Amino acid sequence: MNGRIRLNWGFLFFFLPVALWLLLLIVLPHAELLRLSFTSSRPGGFTLQNYMAFFSEPIYWLTFVRTAFYSVIVTFLVMVIALPVAFYITKVARVRAGGFLMVLILVPFWVSELIRVYGWIILLRESGVINRLFTSIGLFSRPIEMLYNDVTMIMGLVYTSMLFMVVPIVGVMDALDDSLIEAAYDLGASKTAIWRTIIIPHCMPGMVSGGIIVFMLVLGSYLTPNLMGGKNSLWFTEQIYNQIILYFNWNQGAAFGFLLLILSSLVIWAGLRVTGQKLSRVVQ
Amino acid sequence: MPFALSVHGLTKKFGNFTAVENISFDVEDGKFFSILGPSGCGKTTLLRMIAGFYRQDGGTILFNGEDMSSVPPNRRPVNLVFQNLALFPMMNVFENVAFGLRRRGEKGSGVARKVNDMLERVGLPDSGEKQISQLSGGQKQRIAIARCLVLDPAVLLLDEPLGALDAKLREHMKVELKTLQANVGTTFVYITHDQSEAMVMSDTVAVMNKGTFEQTGSPQELYHRPRSSFVAQFVGNNNRFLIVPSRDDGGAPAGLYAGRFSFILDDACRSLQDGIPCEMFVRPEAMVIEPGSDTPGFNRMPVQVRAVLFDGGNSRLLVIPEGTEDEIVVMLPQTGLYDHIRAGDRIMVGWDPGISLCFAGNGGKPYDER
Repeated sequence: MNGRIRLNWGFLFFFLPVALWLLLLIVLPHAELLRLSFTSSRPGGFTLQNYMAFFSEPIYWLTFVRTAFYSVIVTFLVMVIALPVAFYITKVARVRAGGFLMVLILVPFWVSELIRVYGWIILLRESGVINRLFTSIGLFSRPIEMLYNDVTMIMGLVYTSMLFMVVPIVGVMDALDDSLIEAAYDLGASKTAIWRTIIIPHCMPGMVSGGIIVFMLVLGSYLTPNLMGGKNSLWFTEQIYNQIILYFNWNQGAAFGFLLLILSSLVIWAGLRVTGQKLSRVVQ
Repeated sequence: MPFALSVHGLTKKFGNFTAVENISFDVEDGKFFSILGPSGCGKTTLLRMIAGFYRQDGGTILFNGEDMSSVPPNRRPVNLVFQNLALFPMMNVFENVAFGLRRRGEKGSGVARKVNDMLERVGLPDSGEKQISQLSGGQKQRIAIARCLVLDPAVLLLDEPLGALDAKLREHMKVELKTLQANVGTTFVYITHDQSEAMVMSDTVAVMNKGTFEQTGSPQELYHRPRSSFVAQFVGNNNRFLIVPSRDDGGAPAGLYAGRFSFILDDACRSLQDGIPCEMFVRPEAMVIEPGSDTPGFNRMPVQVRAVLFDGGNSRLLVIPEGTEDEIVVMLPQTGLYDHIRAGDRIMVGWDPGISLCFAGNGGKPYDER
């Protein structure tokens, strides 16, 4: 009897913070946002106007589609770069060198995202390091603005989210038995066939979990698109920011926030379906 | 008719260490060739050079007379069964076996027919849909071999594939592998540190030590006529005596053991130089317990029994020649004749000098399988 009560107290002790965290930080704000998104900003009361505005105003849904599309592209690019990087770290470099390389990937993340983006700006802006170097050696006749376009923004997003793809892929690739690669090679597989039939299928759980993290990070990122993409490369988070902070239209912002949530859930669901992975396995 | 596999002067160095030194051998088509050696002797390095995973520092490798020394592994007509088998866990059994065929660009019903034929051949029909994790150790073994044989390689290399199996299954797989090889007629090159595996299965065995072949021959040759002290100790079991050769009154070779026993030596030991210590070997199964005193020309030695090692048909006595510290193993036939022998007993053992072997030099440290 006594032991049973103690057990319950112990359970409560660990359960309560989790329950409070879920309730106060996730359920409650989202319930409020959901309510706001269906409420009219001026007279109050139920309305679908906030969601209608999204579809009727091309700038909104175009930004939305752009954001989704570029997020998928960034995730894909990060994956394409992270696979050989992880392969080099786990299979080619010797054990100690591999650890050093992991540190190299980790080090930039000790600096805040803001500072990292400013680093890019210092390099790329019209009076930046690269422009000065190239004009001084005569490669450019005059400085070129390399910031505030889609390519630069995508590069910044790829750089920012690299770590979150490399780490899970290194984890699964480390567990790949080298002799499987050799066996495939021995049985006549070319290098591309080895990647396609052995390495990528083996790394799929890591790639999908890395993909989910990167996709969510990129989709919801604000700083990098804002600072590196500028006004020419709008990101959907900027629309939410504008609604809430500039126009004080919490109702419209809440509706946009929910649309973003639905989008990320849909894309991740589709990604899991396409790769045949299960969420429970991927998040392990 | 060219050899299925011909190796000439193959050498591999890792830094200052020579792992494989100037090895040459030929394997006839359809033969079972084993390379037997202790761990670290360079046999895996040799195998990996034949498969193409290591580039040799010298020498050539020919398959069916064609020089393939610089061809990468995926284009050599040779396949390797890995020590850990290396079956692909991301594919089912069928896809594992079909892997090599698909890499050759074969498609459709031809692949299915070949794979199913091969699965039937290794005794696992209808297992194509199974996952690798559903197979037992012996079944995995067979799939790993099937995956290579389906490609009809000139030579199949096997890297101690029985090492991971338990003793009973290993005995079974030895016979099965030999039968399979005889049926398919593919040339097998098998490396192992287990002399019993090599002897049971092989047509020819090469004993490898410190990067070179000590001796190549049939299992019977290696057992009965080892040409070096290493082979004598590594192939089968052997007792080693350090003796000082001399001549008896009739000029026949004799040897003084431990300063107190004088043995008659085999006539082949005539070439040994008198007075220079050398090694003499007598196999446990050649030793006779309590030999009758009426057999002339028999070596006899009083010993004390240290232990009776009962192991059914493989039972042995561990004995110590009187006045020495050496341990000698004597086969203990389970005929009921010797059941009275207990540890601590003093008995006579003897052997026919004709089956003893001598090698010059004291061989330094005796070879230790552990």
